[in-house]
Parts: sequence; structure tokens; C-alpha cells
Amino acid sequence: MDYFLTEEQQMIVDLSRQIADELIIPQRAALDESEEFPKDILDAVAKADLFGIYIPEEYGGFGAGTFEIVLALEQFGRGCVGVATAFAASALGAFPIMISGSEDMKRKYLPEIATGAKKAAFALTEANAGSDASGIQTTAVLDGDEWVLNGTKQWITNAGEAKIYTVIAITDRSKGPRGASMFVVEDTDPGFSYGVKEKKLGIRASSTRELIFKDCRIPKDRLIGREGTGFITVMKTLDKSRPGIAILGVGLGQAALDVAVTYAKQRVQFGKPIISFQAVQHMLADMAIQLEAARALVYAAAKHIDAHPKDMSKASSMCKVFATDMAMKVTVDAVQVLGGYGYMRDYPVEKMMRDAKILQIYEGTNQIQRNVVGQELNKEYTKA
Amino acid sequence: MKIIVCVKQVPDAKDVRLDPKTNTLSREGVQSIINPYDRHALEEAVRLKEKHGGTVIVLTMGPPQAAEILRESVSCGADEAVLVSDRAFAGADTLATTYTLSQAIKKIGGADLILCGKQAIDGDTAQVGPGLAVRMDIPYVTCVRRIVEANDQTFVVERLMDDGYDEVEVALPALFTVVKEINEPRLPSLKGKMKAKKLAITTLTAADIDADTAQLGLKGSPTWVVRVFAPQLKGDRTMIEGTVQEQVNQLAEKLLEWC
Repeated sequence: MDYFLTEEQQMIVDLSRQIADELIIPQRAALDESEEFPKDILDAVAKADLFGIYIPEEYGGFGAGTFEIVLALEQFGRGCVGVATAFAASALGAFPIMISGSEDMKRKYLPEIATGAKKAAFALTEANAGSDASGIQTTAVLDGDEWVLNGTKQWITNAGEAKIYTVIAITDRSKGPRGASMFVVEDTDPGFSYGVKEKKLGIRASSTRELIFKDCRIPKDRLIGREGTGFITVMKTLDKSRPGIAILGVGLGQAALDVAVTYAKQRVQFGKPIISFQAVQHMLADMAIQLEAARALVYAAAKHIDAHPKDMSKASSMCKVFATDMAMKVTVDAVQVLGGYGYMRDYPVEKMMRDAKILQIYEGTNQIQRNVVGQELNKEYTKA
Repeated sequence: MKIIVCVKQVPDAKDVRLDPKTNTLSREGVQSIINPYDRHALEEAVRLKEKHGGTVIVLTMGPPQAAEILRESVSCGADEAVLVSDRAFAGADTLATTYTLSQAIKKIGGADLILCGKQAIDGDTAQVGPGLAVRMDIPYVTCVRRIVEANDQTFVVERLMDDGYDEVEVALPALFTVVKEINEPRLPSLKGKMKAKKLAITTLTAADIDADTAQLGLKGSPTWVVRVFAPQLKGDRTMIEGTVQEQVNQLAEKLLEWC
């Protein structure tokens, strides 16, 4: 379908598509197997200026919005969700600085994130703080001119590869949700180290590790925004970032549909290509319908977010749920269309199915997203 | 440093077909691309600019559609683009092409360095680079695989040979043709694409470059294509059998026979 992109948006699509086709797709199976971080691909993405799409021009970026980053991520997701996750995680790490950081902080960090010279990462999750962020144990205590961080963050995407980390920690436990604050931690800060690299079902090209803070001392001005505003920054960050995860589902769904239809046209059983059988046709049709509906919703949500920064949550959560549930279903069906071949690693769909699962889990589980949608509905109808 | 990169629009080798009736290239529906070797020349020019400063100008002779590859070149780092286009240029062989290009380069004030791909994948002559240098009366090195040293006056380069490489020192202005080993061309950048979109391409006609019309296009081309055909693939093969030693001996004998 034609979504009437502007010339600039089409350029972003063309460039990202070229990177997916020429660099990502040829390497994705090998990266999945070796679980290697796609440094060379991300360097090429950086040279193509794509790390700066969403960063304001005054900080060296392209000054575009959520919709434009979504367009790039759709192509990367079509190539490999592991590689795309490594790219997206840098944006997620940068958002807290963009949303709540001081002018000095933005000037210091955003230009190097925009050029891709340094990657960023976002650190919220802990062993006992997943969906329930109030379980955060990591603390930050002001000691003279320095904050001292202690604790461990878990399953942090880009850990060990990024140079800039945006981290939430408790600064005053007595204040509950208003007692959390966000900080920038740099790779070289004393007392900061990484845990072992996790072994994952999918998105194996992305790096997932612990961040360990042992009396990690950082300058006072690394506090993002005011003390106690950490949760607000996190919520605003996730509202802005979720369409990026949603669109990975769309890109992935497209990739799975492409493989499934191509295969169904070639595979002959009972003397006919299997696409001529209605049972297969209907599966492919449902995949295509769900996929296009998801794409339309994510694009609409991204545009909404760009236009209404104060009212993002519901649109953001709705598109995340719908598109990632779609991706799971479509990839499972793609494996089914390919039958035994689909189950083999010689074909790309088994990897797509493994990669799809994380989309329903990370950046807020789809159950939590439904909570958000429900709560927003409750608020809306109370007002009326 | 002012660098001119000569680029050529060629049909994408992935979908080239011969028209079986006329034995000519069927260009209908075939995508045009930058000649792959020229991409390496462009990349090297952009790298030289990034390291030593200067300007990279891409130059092509071709129909108006050739502006596409010039825009693509700008999206990959070139600064300016010049299209030499005139009906009078049609049917040019390499002799007429080098004349036209040399006149165009004189018109735009010459260059410190001219870079070309070692050959085009359609004509495969590898004559335009050297021919252009002779026309310009400047030294040239073909099949450059590495630039070892570069400054305002001289370059030291490695020329790929069948049995190794030569190291050549050459004074500027000069022309190099490059092989694909020289670098890995970059993809376009977003800023480059934006620039390419807005770029005003300089178009030069036969009159603009003060050309002697007798030396242009078909008129200026002593090369005549008599016939184009796809070579018949011969199925002849000889199986060499026996122990490894025997097989090697037999193979060596055959090879000597054919030499």
C-alpha cells in the first residue's frame, strides 16, 4: 500500500532498504550462529547518517521524528531483528537525554550518538524489577560532588558495546515512585563493569549483559533532569520508543511473508505449486492482512506521537501489542507454510520465529501494554 | 586537491540480455548502474578528499538519464557533477569518447588527479582511462590497487600485475585507473542523498566544450561493430584419470600443448 511518504522519508526507506539487502541479509544467518555483535554493519549505518535521524539538527542529527526512525527500523527489522535491536537500543538510550537532559548534557552526548561514534544503551531492568519497575534495587547516593551507584542491571541491550548508558536508580526510597532518578554512566567510569553475555533464543546478534555498579562514582551533573523524576523520564522514553519495537514486528512479518509466498509459488506437491491450494492461500492472505493492518497502525501511532507529545501512551502501547503479536503469528505460520524445510536452519524462517518472541516481551511485555491501554481507557471515560 | 572521477552508466550485468534477432544489447527494462569499477574510483577520490581536503567532481558523457549516476555519486561523497551530453556524441568509440572527455576536462579547468575504473563492464576495453591521459598529455598508471603516499606534487601507488605489483611514483597532474581491490565503496549517506536531490548538474554540450565535430560520436569513431554475438559454449571436455601423479603429469602436458 502507498503511504504517501515525502521525498525525504522515501530516501530514508531507500537507504535503509539498501543496507538491509546488501549488508544485513547476507550476514544474518552467520551472525545468528556466531552470536557476534554486528559492528561492521553498524559502522556502515553510522556512515550513512542513520544514527542521527531522530536527533535534533542543533545536535548534529537529521531532526526527524518517530515516524522516520520507524521507517528505517522497518527495513532493518526485515533484514534481522538482532541487528535492528542493536541499532534501536542506541536510540532508546539516547531518549532520556533528549527528553529530560540539560542543554549541556545534550551538547555533550547527542552529537556523538548522532554520528554513531558512540552507541547508547538504556538500563531499567533488574532481577526483581521487570514489569514492576518499583522493585528497583540499584541506588544512587550523593557524596559531595559525586553520585555513588550500587546495584546490578540485567539483560541490558548493547551492554559492553555502548559507551553511554542511561540508568535509573533509587535516590530516595521513602518517596516511592518519586524517589527514582536517571543518570548517565559512561563506559569508563570507575566501579562500572559488565556481567557475562547472555545466551538467547533469538536476536543473537544483539549483545545482552548485566551492568554492575560497585561504588561507581560519577560527577554530580550526570543526573538527567531533576532528582526524583526518573520514572517520568522512563515512561516518556518508553512511550516514544515502543513504535520502534512495533515496527520491528512489521519488518519481520514482511520478511516472513516474502519467504512464505516465494516458497509457496515454487513448492510443488500433488502436481501443483502449493500456493494454488486454498488452505495455503488463506494462511498467506491472513498473514498479509494482519501485516498491513499492523503497519498502518504503527505508522499512524508514530505520526500521532510526533504531533501530540503529551498524549502518547495509548497509541504507543496499542501498536506495540498489535504488531508484535502479529509478528509472532505470521512467523509461526511462515514456518508452517515451509513445512519441514521451514524448521531447518537452511531457511531463514525458523530464525524469524525465534526472533519474533522477544518482541512480545521486551520494552514492556504485551500484557503490560494491555494494562496501559486499559488504564488510558479508564481515564478517558472518566473525563467524559 | 581537485580530483575528477570519470564514471559511466552501464546496464546492470544481473539482467543483461542479447536480442536474439539483432544481436544487440536489449536495454529495455534493464536497470542502469554506475560501472562497478568506477565506484571504487569514486570511493578512493572521496577518501583522498577526506584525508587531504579538496574537491571531487564526477564527470560522465552520456544521455540525459546519465544524470542519475551523477546524483548517486554525489550521495556517496562527490561534491560536484558534470554531464557532457549532446546528440553529436552518440555512437562514440573509445577514441571519440576520450576526445570528448578531454575537451570537457579542459573546459572545467583540468584537475590535479583524474581517477577512472580500470574498465567498463559493458565495453570491457579498458582504453578510456589511458586514452584520456594521452589526450591530456599527463602520466597515467593503470590497475592501481593502493595509494601508498599522496601529496600535492607526487603520488606513490601500487599497480596490480599478473605476478605481483609494481610500485610507481608519479608526478601530478596524473590519471589512475583503479581495480576493485583498492577499497570497499561506501553506501550513500542521508546527507549525501539530500545534497544530490538539490544538486544542480552542470551540463556541457559539444558547443560548450569547443569540440571539433569531426572527432565526435560516430563520425569521430574509427571502430565499427560488424557483428555482436553470444559465443557458443562448447561442451568439449577431457577427463583425466589415474593416480594423482599421473593426473598432474597429464594435465601439465595438456597445458603445455595449449600454450
